[in-house]
Amino acid sequence: MNPKGRYGIHGGQYIPETLMGAVKELEEAYGYYKEEVAFNETLRKLFADYTGRPSLLYYAEKMTKALGGAKIYLKREDLNHTGSHKINNVLGQVLLAKKMGKRRIIAETGAGQHGVATATAAALMGMKCEVFMGEEDTVRQALNVYRMELLGAKVTAVRTGTRTLKDAVNAALQDWTQTVEDTFYCIGSVMGPHPYPEMVRDFQSIIGKEIKIQIREQEGRLPDAIVACVGGGSNAIGAFYEFLQDQNVKLIGVEAGGKGVSTSLHAATLTKGQEGIFHGMKSYFLQTEEGSIAPVYSISAGLDYPGIGPEHAWLYDTKRAQYVPITDDEAVEAFEYLSKVEGIIPAIESAHAVAYGMKLAKQMKSKQILVINLSGRGDKDVAAIARYRGVKLHE
Amino acid sequence: MSNIQKVFDKMKVEGHKAFIPFITAGDPHIDATESFIYALEEAGSTIIELGIPFSDPVADGPVIQRANLRAMAKGVTLHKIFEMVSRVRKKTDIPLVFLMYANTIHYYGTDHFFKKCQDIGIDGVIIPDVPLEEKEEFACHARERGVDLISLVTPTSKERTKAICQDARGFLYCVSSLGVTGTRENIETNLGDMFESIKAHCMIPTALGFGISTPKQALELKDYTDGIIVGSEIVKIIEEHGDKSGDYLKVFVTNMLEVLTKSDL
Repeated sequence: MNPKGRYGIHGGQYIPETLMGAVKELEEAYGYYKEEVAFNETLRKLFADYTGRPSLLYYAEKMTKALGGAKIYLKREDLNHTGSHKINNVLGQVLLAKKMGKRRIIAETGAGQHGVATATAAALMGMKCEVFMGEEDTVRQALNVYRMELLGAKVTAVRTGTRTLKDAVNAALQDWTQTVEDTFYCIGSVMGPHPYPEMVRDFQSIIGKEIKIQIREQEGRLPDAIVACVGGGSNAIGAFYEFLQDQNVKLIGVEAGGKGVSTSLHAATLTKGQEGIFHGMKSYFLQTEEGSIAPVYSISAGLDYPGIGPEHAWLYDTKRAQYVPITDDEAVEAFEYLSKVEGIIPAIESAHAVAYGMKLAKQMKSKQILVINLSGRGDKDVAAIARYRGVKLHE
Repeated sequence: MSNIQKVFDKMKVEGHKAFIPFITAGDPHIDATESFIYALEEAGSTIIELGIPFSDPVADGPVIQRANLRAMAKGVTLHKIFEMVSRVRKKTDIPLVFLMYANTIHYYGTDHFFKKCQDIGIDGVIIPDVPLEEKEEFACHARERGVDLISLVTPTSKERTKAICQDARGFLYCVSSLGVTGTRENIETNLGDMFESIKAHCMIPTALGFGISTPKQALELKDYTDGIIVGSEIVKIIEEHGDKSGDYLKVFVTNMLEVLTKSDL
């Protein structure tokens, strides 16, 4: 990465001039605090005492035996406080915002996991919080809307465009251009203008650091493959980053294949997208024939995004990581499988990684080790999966 | 000297301020856009800004977002806009400036795009999501093709103003307010401070936009700058009157020019 936040040709700072001052201020502040002992010590304590880190690396023995291939380990980010990996990044950013003297936090959210995490951190650190969420997602994830409100955040339903994650990012960016003087934009993934992709990756890299220590303790060696779901790509980069130099560890990102990548109803950016410039970065995006951003689809609100973080674009270009699609149907089957076999209900996002992990494990030898990053828990998805299966619930 | 700077110079010599209206290309359809260009020119506009529709116009407020959607629903394409500009160029030399997002240019092919601008006679391009740091990727092609890549300076630019001005072409687009495009009752920025810094560093004409909707506001603000840009208020006229907006646009421009033109009284 060069000083301008590039990953190969990807990344950069493609944002309106109004925001450049704030982004430079953030760049400077992050550059300072990431080296500061006190900041890192506070964050370490929050991770340990508030989030409950380290998260477990759990040997899924029943699943391993049932599939008859590689030994499967699950990195249990679902056990974090607020139920997903999102809290890792949010605690870092909100702590930074506080150090920078900002008073208000804004965030976008898709499934609501980043919104809930942000609302939580804002409550903990006594800051005002507003979360932008596509109107369609407020319906798909109504419970999370109430959770955020319970935590003291204001949730604004976004009614422009496709009314999903992309539009929530637009709305948050637009709010920020208006309120930039006292507001910190807490981006939920490894996307947006530099320094966000780098900063969010750094905060999430705790996942891979822990995996490395834990797998050495449990197996005495590194895994053969790590699988993680990818929307913007924060849990995946968090799991991958520590292993980038370990060429024998295969890294696989799993994209939302929706109704299938041969249809127009998917969000498989690296499988089907083209290079473009959007949301502050050069990367791959799903686009129309006129160079507009294409509407995308996934059963998973958290993966329903037409782009991907620039570092993933670079890992794809250099072939260091591989990216594959998993359909809605496959993800739902994995959601049910993990619930029944291991007694763990995964987030529908993470179920995409589980689905691919199941396919991959069967092709691997029993001596090999596969780590699946279980980025979140599935409580939020239970109602939606019931609807998908045609089950009527009365709450 | 570029056509854009020439028209500003002419206005300055005559003691007038430039007036730059913005319309969205293809709203409500491409032929209407062509007729609006003629109407705006006939009424005395100095330069015309044409917005190129994009799915996610992040720098634009709700009025221009809706115009983008109307134009895209009518099937406007960059190709159709280029053809329309080619027709316009047979009838008028008024400087034309595109306002468009980076992805549209990148997707078309940056070099290819600026060559096309040169071929059909587009004088300048404004890319609101490309700040100074990323500008050269586009500017090198624009320079080669003699197209002015127009820079924006905002109330938050502060110490960045000098570097932005040094590299600016055509005119400097001065953004009056934080936030997105759209009409505002009051401009809250301390424009005195902002323009003090701009005037210290800027060697080319300036034009002020974002949030300006009435002749009264234009009158209050005109002394800061060499020109006034109005977007959302004009797009609202088109939203209301559709392809019959020509006469309303003329009236709007005439009223604006009354306060921007030096009178002999």
